[in-house]
Amino acid sequence: MRIAIEAVSFAYDPDTPALTDVGLGIASGESVALAGPNGSGKSTLLRVVSGLLRPQSGSVHIDDRPVDSLGARRIARCLAMVEQDRSMGFDFTVREVVAMGRIPHRGRFGRESHDDRRAIAHALEVADIQGLADRSIRAVSGGERQRVFLGMALAQEPAVLLLDEPTTHLDLRHQVRFMRIVRERAADGMTILIAIHDLTLAAQAADRIALMHAGRIAEIGPPGDVLTTPNVRRVFGVDAVIGEHPDLRMLYVLPALADRNARSSEE
Amino acid sequence: MNILGQRAVFWIPFGLVVLVLVSVLAGTVVGPVTIPVGDVFASLFGGESESVSPMHRLIVRQIRLPRVLLGLLVGSALAVSGVAMQGLFRNPLASPYILGIASGASTGAALAILFAAGSLVFLPLGAFLGAAAAGLIVYGLARGRDRRTSVFTLILAGVAIGALFSAVTSFLIYLSSGGEKLSDVLFWIMGGLGRARWTSIAILGPISAAAFIGVFVLARDLNALSLGEEGAFHVGVNPDALYRWLLVLTTLLTAAAVAMAGTIGFIGLVIPHVMRLLVGPDHRRLIPVSALAGGCFLIWADMAARTVLAPAELPVGVITAFLGAPFFLYLLKTRGTRL
Repeated sequence: MRIAIEAVSFAYDPDTPALTDVGLGIASGESVALAGPNGSGKSTLLRVVSGLLRPQSGSVHIDDRPVDSLGARRIARCLAMVEQDRSMGFDFTVREVVAMGRIPHRGRFGRESHDDRRAIAHALEVADIQGLADRSIRAVSGGERQRVFLGMALAQEPAVLLLDEPTTHLDLRHQVRFMRIVRERAADGMTILIAIHDLTLAAQAADRIALMHAGRIAEIGPPGDVLTTPNVRRVFGVDAVIGEHPDLRMLYVLPALADRNARSSEE
Repeated sequence: MNILGQRAVFWIPFGLVVLVLVSVLAGTVVGPVTIPVGDVFASLFGGESESVSPMHRLIVRQIRLPRVLLGLLVGSALAVSGVAMQGLFRNPLASPYILGIASGASTGAALAILFAAGSLVFLPLGAFLGAAAAGLIVYGLARGRDRRTSVFTLILAGVAIGALFSAVTSFLIYLSSGGEKLSDVLFWIMGGLGRARWTSIAILGPISAAAFIGVFVLARDLNALSLGEEGAFHVGVNPDALYRWLLVLTTLLTAAAVAMAGTIGFIGLVIPHVMRLLVGPDHRRLIPVSALAGGCFLIWADMAARTVLAPAELPVGVITAFLGAPFFLYLLKTRGTRL
């Protein structure tokens, strides 16, 4: 499914706009990373795309249907979200949490259908959490918990997957494990929009990167075009060494603690 | 998670149904006058046969049975209301009592007693309006500009509104300047099933049943709400509509229960916890199981209230708090954050 964001402006309160005239088109099966400083509007944009927030002006269409016109349930059948920090109110098992991804597809009561069970089993397998299925969601580690919520989102069998800084609190190993699963979903044709702080991971996971700054999209394009030292300095106010590993063809972004040193070595 | 295996969880509802039947029977047998089980059955199903003394038949039909059934209804209503409140606020400390709704209901009931002679129409109506007022105020205060419900504001607002309504009730008691109305009002505050009549059941029964069905229908949405407000939206459950429905339903349940039996505490807090430990947090199981357990608990607490100081009768709220509070502390101490 493709997403068309047109001239979206949103403000939580009238004096401080969170998004100003944001436009972005995402092709079906494309993955786009939203990068940018804290408060630049990444999470707000994801919430607008998911229908949770209504923009004051502009529109979001999913496959030509305006998101506003769809109810929460119809949105949830084609779009899933993984948040940065989600805590469970009660002591559900991992499998019960993943099964909640079937809520938009099921009736209120009754047993899980064959499709439900297949989707849940598949999600547990893809998110690599089969071994945790009977554990309490409160007894798993932070990295495992994020994979559980990813599993729940995948059990929704969404065409569009939104992720809001899903790896921010994870250690390196869990970051890589998590992002690998996301990239595999992208390869399977899922449309992905992910807000992420780690530019090096973003460059590997996304087809395009949108650099956000003060509620606007400052730069957008393939990672190699967008992730440049001047762009990073302009958006983040940080000097960074940006290069590409010659053998692995991997783009890397190394932020420099020392002022201006990085600039001279790069330019 | 639950502390029992899946097989045990499967049988718990059946066990509770049996326990309800046993409790209703025991509650009819036990009292200042013990009525043999055979006489109970004969009174209920034996027509006007001579085998039972008219006195026993009268006690069973007009006093004990309505009282036991009212206990079942009130206990169920409070337990289900507690489950819904805890689910709504994703907070295990929430209960109809703690959030001030019961205090509001008491004030409404006291007003009805003082100014409308406690008629069977105005009394539940007064309790309901008082409960609705308290619920709406607490809800409004706890809901910030960003439309999120703050748990801390919620608890504090509940405590404050509860205290405010209690003050109003105290003031009304003061105004009543003793007499029968005073004891009527005090009855609400202490809680008891002593005034159970078939009319009480005729009124409370349908209201509770309707609200119970409503909450049960929302069981899946309550599950989704444990993902948080945004999490619920992302699996297709609109949290705002859910909040409104749950507040209406829990207010109905609480108001109906308090209108008939006063403010009986701790059932709405403890029963949901214990049942969650036994059958896990899935509301599709938790709600019916809590209803059965809450009803049983109140029947047995009422039996204790009738017999401990017989022939004098303790307010049943004293018994439920006396059993409920230490048990809750025990859970808090042994289960800690897993509650």
